Amino acid sequence: MKTLEELMAIRDKTKKNMTIREDTGDANIRIVVGMATCGIAAGARPVLNAFVDEIAKRDLKGVTVSQTGCIGMCQYEPIVEIMEPGKEKVTYVKMTAEKAIRVVNDHIANGNPIVEYTVGAITK
Amino acid sequence: MRELSLNVLDITQNSVKANASHIDIEIVENTTEHTLMIGIYDDGCGMTKEQVKSVQDPFYTTRTTRKVGMGVPLFKMAAEMTGGRLTISSEVGRGTKLNAYFNTDNVDFVPLGDMVSTVKMLVTQNPQIDFIYHHKCDEREFTFDTHEIKQILGDVPLETPEVSQWIEDYLKENINSIYGGVQNENS
Repeated sequence: MKTLEELMAIRDKTKKNMTIREDTGDANIRIVVGMATCGIAAGARPVLNAFVDEIAKRDLKGVTVSQTGCIGMCQYEPIVEIMEPGKEKVTYVKMTAEKAIRVVNDHIANGNPIVEYTVGAITK
Repeated sequence: MRELSLNVLDITQNSVKANASHIDIEIVENTTEHTLMIGIYDDGCGMTKEQVKSVQDPFYTTRTTRKVGMGVPLFKMAAEMTGGRLTISSEVGRGTKLNAYFNTDNVDFVPLGDMVSTVKMLVTQNPQIDFIYHHKCDEREFTFDTHEIKQILGDVPLETPEVSQWIEDYLKENINSIYGGVQNENS
């Protein structure tokens, strides 16, 4: 069973690492998942979870995953936007948990956006 | 929606947008009477009587990106399909109480589904809000209070990967145990 004592141990361990992490001044990448009714109904929950898990697994720094409301293209949900300073916003559409893992690997970790998943590729 | 836990995630976003600082989510299951009650209570900005009426209409929304708001109507439909109902009481400046009642033995009953994912996501995505999750099944119950968790954590954020993993495992084990240690047939 998971206990509150275990949580305390995690806290103490994390506190030690936190001071080290603050020094890494990486450029901040924001991953925003549409989580309105349309996004949730289309399967945004496992997509957001996949992003969070994969980023934790790869221990990527300076990446935040957050949620937003309806982006206005409900037929293309789940929609994910990747914002990186100094770069154009990339909008991925009809996302799945599997696609999310590939986006973390190719785009977030290695800087290569996956063109075939983007809104530009699907609306052509 | 494929499972009611997705409706809960969706409806609770309304409480988040209403600037709530406390949100209670309550699940009460009764397996002998075959009923399920889902309650979502917040201390957000609240609604006027007219707004309470209009949120149940799919063609009402406060958002500007599109003309429909399906969150509450879909949840209401899911409840009414089972012969149940949805009630909302709200007061401007005080908050909103939403309750949905289901008959679980109805063929149109949608399973509750993965509440662990829903609660974990709400809690870690909105660390500024205090959540209380209360889940009762017959005589067994479980309460998860993020205020308590935050006090233990101090300045360690809730969304730290190790912490959110602990939250997920903690919820999973405790929700399983209120179903008598066996996986709930509804999820």
